[in-house]
Amino acid sequence: MSDLLNPTLGNAPYDVMRVRQDFPILTRLVHEKKGRAGKPLVYLDNGASAQKPRAVIDAMSHLLENDYANVHRGVHFLSQRSTDLYEAVRDKVAKFLNAPARENIVFTRNATEAFNLLANSWGGRFLSAGDAVVISWMEHHANIVPWQLLRDRIGINIKVVPVLDDGSLDMAAYEAMLTPEVKLVSITHVSNVLGTINPAARIARLAHAKGILVAFDGSQAAVHQPVDVQAIDADFYIFTGHKLYGPTGIGVLYGRKELLDKMPPWQGGGDMISTVSFESTTYREAPYRFEAGTPAIVEGVGLGAAIDYVTALGMDAIQAHEQRLLAYATHRLSEIDGLRIIGTAPDKAAIISFTMDGIHPHDIGTLLDRGGVAVRVGRHCAEPLMDRYGVGATARASFGLYNTEGEVDALVDAVQACKAFFG
Amino acid sequence: MFDDLRDLYQEVILDHGKHPRNFGRPAAFNRTARGDNPMCGDKIAIYLTVGDDGAIQDLHFDGRGCAISQASASMMTEILRGKSMKEAEALFGYFHDMCTKDEDEQGDHGTLDEDATDKLAVMSGVREFPMRVKCATLAWHTMNAALHGEATTSTENASF
Repeated sequence: MSDLLNPTLGNAPYDVMRVRQDFPILTRLVHEKKGRAGKPLVYLDNGASAQKPRAVIDAMSHLLENDYANVHRGVHFLSQRSTDLYEAVRDKVAKFLNAPARENIVFTRNATEAFNLLANSWGGRFLSAGDAVVISWMEHHANIVPWQLLRDRIGINIKVVPVLDDGSLDMAAYEAMLTPEVKLVSITHVSNVLGTINPAARIARLAHAKGILVAFDGSQAAVHQPVDVQAIDADFYIFTGHKLYGPTGIGVLYGRKELLDKMPPWQGGGDMISTVSFESTTYREAPYRFEAGTPAIVEGVGLGAAIDYVTALGMDAIQAHEQRLLAYATHRLSEIDGLRIIGTAPDKAAIISFTMDGIHPHDIGTLLDRGGVAVRVGRHCAEPLMDRYGVGATARASFGLYNTEGEVDALVDAVQACKAFFG
Repeated sequence: MFDDLRDLYQEVILDHGKHPRNFGRPAAFNRTARGDNPMCGDKIAIYLTVGDDGAIQDLHFDGRGCAISQASASMMTEILRGKSMKEAEALFGYFHDMCTKDEDEQGDHGTLDEDATDKLAVMSGVREFPMRVKCATLAWHTMNAALHGEATTSTENASF
């Protein structure tokens, strides 16, 4: 195994062993039983959800123990304190995405809710029968089903950009698909199954040349690489907190201000209104008009701590570390006879989906788990993509900022043992 | 590394998984159903030939899935051949309980063919693997759906 330090990065080397100490769960053993020692946890299911650093856990506990009250409404000390802490996260998210202003940031429950907001509010107002939305073959169900619900309601069309054999987006087909009835392109920035990093800036440039808006699903991208919504010229950008080492229950929709300002509310209730009477109600400005009811205050503060954490490590440094893991894991897994990696695009994030001859992914998952190695198996909320590659399911190892080359070795050993077991 | 996994993947299961019996869509059948496990992507189809007397004269399956689901389906096709509908239902109830409940909580399913219950016992290891129970029971649920004239079943149905 090569060194775990990378001397080429910034001022401080990326010391993954030091980073691991920030994550309490990584020291635990799994499958402990009477008379049997447990196995060290090798957590390679970061694409589904990432583990939380102490800083996130502490920020949430600290809020609950010291500063908690409802936000945006009380005149009392704690309500002000809670509001300040919660609203400061909007600034952190804006900075994290290089958004022009905090008003570009809408908090949602998760990425799925952000897509439903986009489809219902923007789609419901600005799309009509015959209009089309372009998605891709590698979308998560979260960026498929909300558009289908809208299609069934108002009669829009959904066009699907194909994926090439290596897992790249078919850009020629994409360009040809940008016809006058297309009003929005909604495509993932990084595929949760293939790992493909799509050329976001080019996707946006081609769409904008035809006057078409662009939304990106950044759920996987925002955790693996720096994201600059202005550089890629995104009109909308969506990600979720729990994959970014933050808590569940908090997600983000970034929107260009002139677009958010024109979008109607999609859920009604407290916090999103200016005045309410039984005759008529007026709504607050964006982004608040999209945030009905008491928000996820504690989770929001947790997301803020997560952003502080990854920012302190540096998204560039995290990306470089994960790219080394990806290269090493790809090399080692490729050496295994009968193992097929699904998704070999030149530009990839640290996600590796694979199948094995004669062994179903579900069996792989159970065996790897007994070796302490947590991977995801199944369809990964991307059923059309499974069909595209003629597989019912895959096993997926998705790496995070705390994974090591030693853990890649553990994965490879477990895969080899799995092969021997089913011989 | 996988010592205790031998409880789940017993030799006979591995054998049925690798060499499934009665696999493939037969030329003739009079009842069929499809079963889906959307969580893991398993799909299965069961083809039954039920005689006028209500006995299962023949049964086959096809589809794809993990070793557990393929072995369970394969063993089921061997066990249920020649059984009456009533016996098949009773064995389904027995098998379902065996996979999901501790021994003292399993229901009374009447007098069952001992040869059948002996064979099914090798699958009891799934009880210790809650995530894999549906793999084992999918074929049986699908067979039950076919018996009762339902075209499809899914592990996401409430009855699972």
